[in-house]
Amino acid sequence: MSELAETMQVSRRTLLKASVLAGGGLMLSATIPGIARAATGSAQAAPLNAFVTIAPDGAITIVGKNPEIGQGIKTMLPMLIAEELDADWDKVAIVQGDSDSRKYGPQLAGGSFATPMNWIPMRQVGAAGRAMLLEAAAKRWGVTASSLTTSKGVVTNPANGKTLTYGELATDAAASAVPDPGKVALKDPKDFHIIGRKIGGIDSPKIIHGEPIYGVDTQLPGMVYAAYERAPVFGAKYLSANLAAAKAEPGVIDVIAIPGSGGPEQLVDGVAVIAKNWWLANKARSKLGVQWDNGEWASHSTRGYDEQARAFMASGKPAESLNKKGDTAAAFASAAKVVDAEYHYPFLAHVPMEPMNCTAQWHSKTGTMEMWAPTQTPNGGQQSVAKMLGLPEDKVVVHITRSGGGFGRRLINDFMHQAAAIAKAKPDTPVQLIWTREDDVRGDHYRPAGWHRLRAALDDKGKLTAIEDHFVTFDLPGAGGFNPATMPKDHFPYAFVPNASYGQSKMKTAVPMGALRAPTSNALSFVFQSFLDEVAHEAGTDLPTLLLALVDGAEAEPAQQGFFGKQPGFDPGRMRSVIKKAVAMSDWGHASLPQGHALGFGYYYSHLGHFAEVAEVSVSKAGLVTVHNVWIAGDVGSTIINPFGALNQVQGAAIDGIGQALSLAVELDKGAVTNSNFHNYAIPRMPVAPQIYVEFVPSDNAPTGLGEPALPPVIPAVTNAVFAATGKRIRSLPIDKKLLATA
Amino acid sequence: MATLTINGETRTLDVPDDMPLLWALRNELGMVGTKFGCGMGLCGACTVHVDGVATRSCSAPVGSLAGKKISTIEHLGETPLGRALQKAWLDVDVMQCGYCQAGQLMTASALLAKNPNPSQAEVDSAMQGNICRCACYGRIREAIQIAAKEGATADV
Ligand code: FES
Ligand code: FES
Repeated sequence: MSELAETMQVSRRTLLKASVLAGGGLMLSATIPGIARAATGSAQAAPLNAFVTIAPDGAITIVGKNPEIGQGIKTMLPMLIAEELDADWDKVAIVQGDSDSRKYGPQLAGGSFATPMNWIPMRQVGAAGRAMLLEAAAKRWGVTASSLTTSKGVVTNPANGKTLTYGELATDAAASAVPDPGKVALKDPKDFHIIGRKIGGIDSPKIIHGEPIYGVDTQLPGMVYAAYERAPVFGAKYLSANLAAAKAEPGVIDVIAIPGSGGPEQLVDGVAVIAKNWWLANKARSKLGVQWDNGEWASHSTRGYDEQARAFMASGKPAESLNKKGDTAAAFASAAKVVDAEYHYPFLAHVPMEPMNCTAQWHSKTGTMEMWAPTQTPNGGQQSVAKMLGLPEDKVVVHITRSGGGFGRRLINDFMHQAAAIAKAKPDTPVQLIWTREDDVRGDHYRPAGWHRLRAALDDKGKLTAIEDHFVTFDLPGAGGFNPATMPKDHFPYAFVPNASYGQSKMKTAVPMGALRAPTSNALSFVFQSFLDEVAHEAGTDLPTLLLALVDGAEAEPAQQGFFGKQPGFDPGRMRSVIKKAVAMSDWGHASLPQGHALGFGYYYSHLGHFAEVAEVSVSKAGLVTVHNVWIAGDVGSTIINPFGALNQVQGAAIDGIGQALSLAVELDKGAVTNSNFHNYAIPRMPVAPQIYVEFVPSDNAPTGLGEPALPPVIPAVTNAVFAATGKRIRSLPIDKKLLATA
Repeated sequence: MATLTINGETRTLDVPDDMPLLWALRNELGMVGTKFGCGMGLCGACTVHVDGVATRSCSAPVGSLAGKKISTIEHLGETPLGRALQKAWLDVDVMQCGYCQAGQLMTASALLAKNPNPSQAEVDSAMQGNICRCACYGRIREAIQIAAKEGATADV
């Protein structure tokens, strides 16, 4: 690449650089400082960067910087740039950037951050590029830029019909004055021709031919394969193993005991078996006979946690207060009715379709660890592996591969640490570590189980006068950054009830825990929306009516500092509009349903998206629940950037939530997970998928992410529908069919 | 030592007879389009055709495959039906992460080869061995029906 043609501080906010590509053409790079604070997990504001090149043949290349895990980011971010650039989408190529947070800003897939973080800046970059191309054309023709138009990568002079392509102008444009990205006019949304269009996934044409694009498809000359045996009991330590017996197995190259370093998020004790074929490596594990010191954790079980939690809830008093207002004692003393219920949800695993894997090669001459990693947090993985190996960060090179699903599992990079430790022990040999599905199910960082005792006081008019929650959760040892075993201290409906008191008690555990798609919300939605359905029933009304009454007359909360800068506060107006929409879509209250079918409702606000959902279910005599239809109304801002990806995310999230309601739970006994594979961790299959009707309710807000917020409300919609169909309350997940069986 | 016919070519492999086809394809032949998801015949990610029948390659030892015709996702585009499915997959933008889709396409093409006009119940039943963790089930159903319609007209 080329000499820098121009650098200038174009505004306080954005540094835009234009340079000439080696063979001619334009390279535009933009640095947008400080809008992505907590997304990196650090307090430091990190820049957000973009790279676009236009070659003389008109080919436009945009660097996709965030990991693609199936959420559509690799297609969506370039759409924003291409739109304002007025590019021809068919000429846009997208290449995946390596992990380099100094170059690209935070590279992360998680938290539905990417859309709100990039919505304005990426468009500004595109618009600035377009302005420079216009400027170059104006100079060439000796006219003013404002007299020219652009469309699909071509500049036209309407006065004489002359045209120049972006490719023809690219080299000149590199010498144009760089405009202030903050001042260039962005398009009127009615002129969008890429944003809002159904655009297929950028890698899809490769996927249908089975081309190698995932982490586990990485192939390097001389590569060997590794399997990693770790303790089934969490927190156990390695004592000994029959390394020689495993090494004598066919195809096995080496067997290495690896001492742990850091916690389960980094490296746990284990034994690596390395062979010329992964199946042979994995097979030889059976000869290891590892002896583990299970320590104090070998007695832990889900049943034990449940007993402890129930005892806490029965005792009535939370160990610590989270939040309190008004006088709950007086409200309960004078209540006409009290609703009192215990809720529970289980541990869950992520099980993305592509098992955990990572390829690594230790280059002994340069002292560099090179890695190919399907991860949601490449920067975090790079930093943490560097720390483990005692290397400077730039001596760990991470190539970001496409991931076969994430769901939050790949926020944690334990597999990268394992691969790095193994590769370090086999210098100059590329090693591909692959986990079995059993390793994955038993070695996850689980969605925490949780328990809630909720009480509500109703006055004689059926008005909710007080609410109490005793949350029983886990004390996560060393949980740094995001702690998934928590709840917001003002969780809805706290702000809308005059007297309220939330508290919690914690249990000790060594079970590793992490964020699962819509973390905390996926559990709390079930608990609170199911409980509020009970309250509505006792008050002689229904859940949508109760929710609308609770927020009646309430104003939007002011904007607040959030994960990615200023974000809108909770807005009851948006809540009202999605609730009304879902009610209308499902014909709620008026629907004539087949015999035995019933509807249930759920609403939830998470990741800046408002979703109201209605499920239609029936329950068989054997207690089996079938979800027939789901109606979903969502408000994620003004614009749906790519309706293809958006609908897929929402429908997938709904089925994911239905799976959590109907069938998923991770169980522990003797300190270890007893589930192992898809037969006893039953991810929904095609016959489970209902008809799903989705409508987006646009609002005057910047677009926000869709990977997560559609999931939480479907769970209570299903459980509340089961109550409507059977009169039985579901207070524990997954739904127990024995509870519902009538024959 | 095993001799296999894969996508019309004869391949000789120096591997134990009990090695599953999946790992012979992926690690010995570098054909990584066929995916590993569970290793137990539970998810369908590894589906290939053996004599035209959708088969879980993670559970098919190479020793059992001598003399049989194996075809994989890399070969799907060689048949009109495969191309119709691939096109439908793109037209409705079936996939999210895409990792399961090689297996979905292989199962779907075996289904349509046998039953060119399946009902939704028949589609659901044929496809239920293929997990899509991203749950793109609605679009897989839709794409199969589109390909079925196109296949029918193409054959006339
Ligand atoms: S990998 Fe073969 S069925 Fe799952
Ligand atoms: S598209 Fe991700 S598993 Fe099917």
